Amino acid sequence: MNKILEKKVLAPTLKQIVVNAPLIARKAKAGQFVILRVHERGERFPLTIADYDREKGTITLIFQEVGASTKLLGNLEVGDVILDLVGPLGKATKHPHAKRVVCIGGGVGVAPVYPEAKELYENGVEVISIIGARNKDLLFYVDEMKKVSKELYITTDDGSAGRKGFVTDALKDLILSGMEIDCVIAIGPMPMMKAVSNLTKEYGIYTIVSLNSLMVDGTGMCGGCRVTIGNEVKFACIDGPAFEAHSIDFDEQMRRLRMYQEEEKLVDCKCGEAEKNVEN
Amino acid sequence: MSRTKKHPMPCQPVEERIKNFSEVALGYDEQTAIAEAKRCIQCKNPRCVQGCPVGIDIPQFIQKIAEGDFESSIEILKSKNSLPAICGRVCPQEDQCEKLCVVGIKNEPVAIGRLERFVADWERVNVKPKGKQVTEGKKVAVVGSGPAGLTCAGELAKMGYKVTIFEAFHQPGGVLMYGIPEFRLPKKIVEEEINSLLDLGVELKTNVVIGQTITIEELFAEGYEAVFIGSGAGLPYFLNIPGENLNGVYSANEFLTRVNLMRAYLHPDWHTPIKVGKKVAVVGAGNVAMDAARTAKRLGAEEVYIVYRRSEEEMPAREEEVHHAKEEGIIFKLLTNPVEILGNEEGWVTGLKCIKMELGEPDSSGRRRPIPVEGSEFQLDVDGVIIAVGQGPNPLIPRSTPSLETSKWGNIIADEMTGKTSMEGVFAGGDVVTGAATVIKAMGAGKNAAIAIDQYLKNKG
Ligand SMILES: Cc1cc2nc3c(=O)[nH]c(=O)nc-3n(C[C@H](O)[C@H](O)[C@H](O)COP(=O)(O)OP(=O)(O)OC[C@H]3O[C@@H](n4cnc5c(N)ncnc54)[C@H](O)[C@@H]3O)c2cc1C
Ligand SMILES: Cc1cc2nc3c(=O)[nH]c(=O)nc-3n(C[C@H](O)[C@H](O)[C@H](O)COP(=O)(O)OP(=O)(O)OC[C@H]3O[C@@H](n4cnc5c(N)ncnc54)[C@H](O)[C@@H]3O)c2cc1C
Ligand code: SF4
Ligand code: SF4
Ligand code: FES
Repeated sequence: MNKILEKKVLAPTLKQIVVNAPLIARKAKAGQFVILRVHERGERFPLTIADYDREKGTITLIFQEVGASTKLLGNLEVGDVILDLVGPLGKATKHPHAKRVVCIGGGVGVAPVYPEAKELYENGVEVISIIGARNKDLLFYVDEMKKVSKELYITTDDGSAGRKGFVTDALKDLILSGMEIDCVIAIGPMPMMKAVSNLTKEYGIYTIVSLNSLMVDGTGMCGGCRVTIGNEVKFACIDGPAFEAHSIDFDEQMRRLRMYQEEEKLVDCKCGEAEKNVEN
Repeated sequence: MSRTKKHPMPCQPVEERIKNFSEVALGYDEQTAIAEAKRCIQCKNPRCVQGCPVGIDIPQFIQKIAEGDFESSIEILKSKNSLPAICGRVCPQEDQCEKLCVVGIKNEPVAIGRLERFVADWERVNVKPKGKQVTEGKKVAVVGSGPAGLTCAGELAKMGYKVTIFEAFHQPGGVLMYGIPEFRLPKKIVEEEINSLLDLGVELKTNVVIGQTITIEELFAEGYEAVFIGSGAGLPYFLNIPGENLNGVYSANEFLTRVNLMRAYLHPDWHTPIKVGKKVAVVGAGNVAMDAARTAKRLGAEEVYIVYRRSEEEMPAREEEVHHAKEEGIIFKLLTNPVEILGNEEGWVTGLKCIKMELGEPDSSGRRRPIPVEGSEFQLDVDGVIIAVGQGPNPLIPRSTPSLETSKWGNIIADEMTGKTSMEGVFAGGDVVTGAATVIKAMGAGKNAAIAIDQYLKNKG
């Protein structure tokens, strides 16, 4: 179990792995995630189940190497085993009845938005997709997204592919063109989700985002992933991670993500090429 | 003649221990244990036994210590309690066995807990483990590897059932592993005691969340003929006051899990970080609060407050923990209720606004109700806050098992004696049924459920 069967480098710090995890693959639904631990002394950290194959018993994870834990995972090769892997966690995303949904993925957020788009497509919903990246080298899953979308728009910050600008610019174009949109699903960096939410609030479009809060257990046991939605406090790991966007306190979420900024740097410089766990 | 007082427990000196995570209480040596054992007058009708939720034959195991026959002593203990090194350390003895000891009427009671710890520790050093046994009976699933689940699994394995424990975390032990700190219950001891229990022939599957990875119904479909749920009370409560989501505010669960299970006190060598302020307020006064406060001190906090809305008398923590906390310089702010957590522009905690309380008439719990004193608000300057005001049962299992009846607080409803729930073949016990209680009560519930499961499976044929 937990053996890495395939590995692909999508961009220099963006990797995709296919992992043997039959129990998780059997149950996984769009919106759910896993928690991993790669090293005896490692952190527990969450990644979205980007895709799954129930027959083969595999799940696909796509991740950006941003710090020690994701780098340690990125160091693993085909044949290596992930020390601990638990899931599927969180609730499956509840899609509203809709004829047309715009799916937006920003940066690595394309990975978690893909299973949403795919599920909607399989249920006969018309999917319009927007994917955004800093530049064309960081784009991935373009073909996969195309397959499940009626239309696909690409934006890059520097204009090296698609439209120059942000995903919100492309979304605004669609809205202004008079397209009827029943729902928007936006997943990506917190500031992007906030911007999308502000825009759709203005036009009264129902919007879902998926929060990437800091997590420890992922089972509702620590409260570290708490998020204020309207007057209520929810735990992203068991009540989400997907929530209706318009009453989320995004500023609080962004602030909470910065909680360990200094501490994270200390680990980064120490871990290097740490030992791997090989199946025996 | 018996001495009037218990033989004192040797401890690490305060100045040293607040700088490390090693165990505070060091344990009796053989001589002291024998001398303490001799304080027991070997009652014909021992009252102490009634105070022990698992009914250990206390005079017998103590007698064997007095005789220097530690091997027989541990056998007597283990016939009733499969985790004696743990219970000897963390049982609230003053409310249980020792409370009823006759010696305690005029003098200090016999130090039953310390003696239990002594023989259990002696065994771990002197007796070789028997090695893994194999069982081949009917399949039973146990959810959760805290004291309730472990005990239930061990008892069933002894009866010959093929037991599998499913645990959500990557390590077994429940609160013993993630909650109670190293300096009070060394994790090596927990691991050893769990291993000797698993050696009875219990299979352990970590990283499986029942309700998410597999549901209770699916366990039956996979051939398990009965299920015991011992999933504990892990859902942290908050105060619901303004500022609770500021950076630097933790639930005690998160704070302790980061430190104990994830070893954040060894950061950055271990990768999980923790933020401890220079001045930390811990809200609450149970064992959890004492553990959080003493942990914060060891992580370098200069001033640590316990903020509690009632008085010392009502504090639910074990006596020994309060005593150790005071020795270590924890500052008790009693009859004090937090009303707001204050923060700066970047969203970090800067203070805790409190109001003074006074005690009024007794409330439904029989304790005098604390009432705010008007105009007595004041501010504690702190840069860390830890909320330790209790935990409820985790909702994942009830949510995914509609036919399982729960109370309005989300506890699984189960028969007190047998653990039987509203669902055929499903039993439950420990904190998930009673709400946060004690290790030994959870073990008692696990044991009773094992007996009931055995009967159920025999009747079923
Ligand atoms: C439900 C959920 C699903 C997720 N799915 C994916 C996914 O599919 N692919 C993926 O690449 N990442 C995903 N993330 C984010 C991922 O968990 C973090 O990037 C990872 O934990 C960072 O760990 P690290 O030790 O490598 O970096 P750290 O050293 O911990 O952090 C490095 C930098 O990343 C920032 N950071 C830390 N944690 C997060 C976080 N949770 N979200 C955003 N930024 C963070 C820090 O502020 C810091 O600037 C998900 C998060 C959640 C909660
Ligand atoms: C900090 C702290 C200090 C304490 N100090 C003392 C003390 O000094 N003395 C004392 O007697 N008591 C003390 N207690 C209370 C005592 O620890 C508990 O009453 C006892 O551990 C309850 O045992 P349990 O088996 O019911 O649950 P737990 O110990 O909570 O174990 C439950 C286990 O189930 C797992 N689980 C939960 N949900 C699932 C799921 N869906 N699928 C799979 N696994 C799951 C959890 O991960 C956990 O491992 C303390 C508690 C805490 C938190
Ligand atoms: S298990 Fe606890 S209550 Fe029972 S004898 Fe031991 S210390 Fe006392
Ligand atoms: S009540 Fe006290 S003196 Fe009597 S048997 Fe029990 S421990 Fe010994
Ligand atoms: S991650 Fe611990 S409660 Fe959500």
